[in-house]
Amino acid sequence: MELTLKQNTGRSKIHPHKLALWVGCASLMMMFAALTSAYIVRQSAGNWLEFTLPEVFKYSTATIILSSVVLHASYIAFKRENEVGYKGLLVLAVILGLAFLGLQYQGWIQLMENGVPFTLNPSGDFVYVISWLHAAHVVGGIAILAVAMIHAFGLPFRVSPKRKLRFELSLTYWHFVDALWVYVFFFLTLYR
Amino acid sequence: MAHATTTVQDQETKLIEELGYDDHFHEHEHGDKYKSNFITKYIFSQDHKIIARQFLITGIIWAIIGAAMSVIFRLQLGFPDESLAWLQPLLGKWIEIDAATGVGKLSQEFYYALVTMHGTIIVFFVLTAGLSGTFSNLLIPFQIGARDMASPFLNMLSYWFFFLAGVVMFFSLFLSTGPFAGGWVAYPPLSALPQASDGSGAGMTLWLISLTLFVVSVGLGGINYITTVLNLRTKGMNMWRMPLTVWAFFITAIIALLSFPVLVSGFLLLMFDRGLGTSFYLNEIFIGGQALDHIGGSPILYQHLFWFLGHPEVYIIILPAMGLVSEVLSTHCRKPIFGYKAMVYSILAIAFLSFIVWAHHMFMAGVNPFISNFFVIFTLIIAVPSAVKVFNWISTMYKANIRYNSASLFAIGFVSMFISGGLTGIFLGNSAIDIQMHDTYFVVAHFHIVMGVAAFFGMFAGIYHWFPKMYGRFMNETLGRIHFWGTLIGAYAIFWPMHYLGMAGVPRRYYRFDSFEYLRPFEDMNQFITIAAIITFGLQILFVVNFFYSIWKGKKMTTKNPWGATTIEWTTPIEPIHGNWPGKLPAVQRWPYDYGKDGREFIPQIEPIGPNETEVH
Repeated sequence: MELTLKQNTGRSKIHPHKLALWVGCASLMMMFAALTSAYIVRQSAGNWLEFTLPEVFKYSTATIILSSVVLHASYIAFKRENEVGYKGLLVLAVILGLAFLGLQYQGWIQLMENGVPFTLNPSGDFVYVISWLHAAHVVGGIAILAVAMIHAFGLPFRVSPKRKLRFELSLTYWHFVDALWVYVFFFLTLYR
Repeated sequence: MAHATTTVQDQETKLIEELGYDDHFHEHEHGDKYKSNFITKYIFSQDHKIIARQFLITGIIWAIIGAAMSVIFRLQLGFPDESLAWLQPLLGKWIEIDAATGVGKLSQEFYYALVTMHGTIIVFFVLTAGLSGTFSNLLIPFQIGARDMASPFLNMLSYWFFFLAGVVMFFSLFLSTGPFAGGWVAYPPLSALPQASDGSGAGMTLWLISLTLFVVSVGLGGINYITTVLNLRTKGMNMWRMPLTVWAFFITAIIALLSFPVLVSGFLLLMFDRGLGTSFYLNEIFIGGQALDHIGGSPILYQHLFWFLGHPEVYIIILPAMGLVSEVLSTHCRKPIFGYKAMVYSILAIAFLSFIVWAHHMFMAGVNPFISNFFVIFTLIIAVPSAVKVFNWISTMYKANIRYNSASLFAIGFVSMFISGGLTGIFLGNSAIDIQMHDTYFVVAHFHIVMGVAAFFGMFAGIYHWFPKMYGRFMNETLGRIHFWGTLIGAYAIFWPMHYLGMAGVPRRYYRFDSFEYLRPFEDMNQFITIAAIITFGLQILFVVNFFYSIWKGKKMTTKNPWGATTIEWTTPIEPIHGNWPGKLPAVQRWPYDYGKDGREFIPQIEPIGPNETEVH
């Protein structure tokens, strides 16, 4: 399987796995585009409960952006063969990712306590559903980073093309879920 | 003759060795690591050629099931007073037998289930997975000169997700409450409220699970097709040298990846409405005199999300068929395809327009008439690139020395069907005319001809043409011709009269018509349609017999390139090998349609442009 990928016709091209990931991300993005479009359509139909988004979501947004930055720093350390930086920052990125999920959970609790429980009105339900779907993608990202940690701590440290590629793929996906949340956050903040 | 062909083949091998690209594939590979045993070779295979056959055979099985369902509900529509007691061994309790008279009736609930399942199965399992899954897998690596797909593993997963989706849907047929019965579009509230009908409970749950698995399959497949086309083209194979088949599969995959996720989002909200008490699609509903506490939703929202997939879906179905037809027509007309670039641009235009016409399925659903105008205009504009394609196919055939065989006949039949069905689309695309026509048999006739029968014709053209590439043998030509003429006449006999039914106002989805005085005159016509449907179904069984018989007993392929085609899949060995080419990968020197050039019947893509020759474009 790996060998079929070695087909290279002399042109400098993006690695097929990377391209596949980008295409996949574009496809996942369409799910969120659909939900946010549905949100706009439904909002214009009236009977729409107005409320402000809980503060916690601002902190979670900051956390996931920070996590992305830290993971990128870990990648740079990896490329520079700085083993300690690579492993330490990778762990930090995962911790920040978990913290993001914790903060999201707090956000849902707060939303409920602010008088917008689930199933009250589509306006609140959209916030729940979109952020849940996003959280599911973050859980997937953490699973991918868990595999990255197994590689980091289980295998002897070595900067090989194969491991670099794996890391780059994990990094791209993590940046993607980060950007996705930033989009969702700004969308939900602006379209009240 | 035999000597001449051997010389040609030797020349081709020499060309590939001289000019081809050496990726050292076989040095690494040491034989075929996938062929280690039966399970990895034929079941969990990662070889694109095997996966293509898996998609095809699974698609054929589903096609038989889906078509048989239509025969059963056609029996009900054509002969509502006849006893269907003889179907009881097959359908069990869905045939309700009157104890006094012994007359068996098809259960009304099951009639709806049959219609729903027929649509779901044919649209998704046969014409999406069976058509695009089969030929994208078979032809993309072959025609662009790749060893396999970019990720053979994801490719294998794509098939098995499709298989699982099929298993779940198949189980739903055996539920005591029956499969989902609310129409293949699954509009809420029938799909959102488990108590709405028998099939809306467990049947709908399995339907949703099945289709979600199916979307995963389409996604994994599509990612692979796009990546393979962009990344693994062989030396010299630039985008403008790709056969129209590959262009069609490539654009189809892009449409699928952008539209299917939207359906998943629609389903997600539907699942929340069904199970968790939200009201995205539900508003102030009474069931059995009982008010439900769902308030504030809009069923129209679901329709928007559904048709944002649903309309591109018809192009996901028809574009691969168009690609196959272009290739088959050009090869058997021994002429270059007319307007190659126009063909590509019209595929792109159709793909783009397919995303901004979805609400023409909802003209009568309470959409603002001003917004409808927007959708009318873009819908009618789709006729332009479609007409360009039709014009090009006809021009390709014009004054051609056509080799009439099963493959080319089905390709010509496709053009006929596409014209007939396309023209009625112009009627339905007008929101004003749609007031009269919507939800009648006119619509049924339109979409069956333009995307059902036409897509099947494209698929048949592809199967007859590439069967030797898949199995190393030919399908029986006489049976193929009987299949073609019977199906052509049969399909028109079924669907042509439906236009008249529709214009007279016969509504679709009704269980029987005899309780309406104004529909009485159409009894004979309905009987005629049913008889035509049964005969046409019988002819498809003939195809299936021919298909399976030919896999083992068909006439053997003796030369690599039996059709005299230019594309590079015909330079691979007759006996398929892993990695497709035994040595180097062929280098592509020219576009794929050099037929009848400079006094030569055809010039393969691997042959360099001669010193006195100019490249076509």
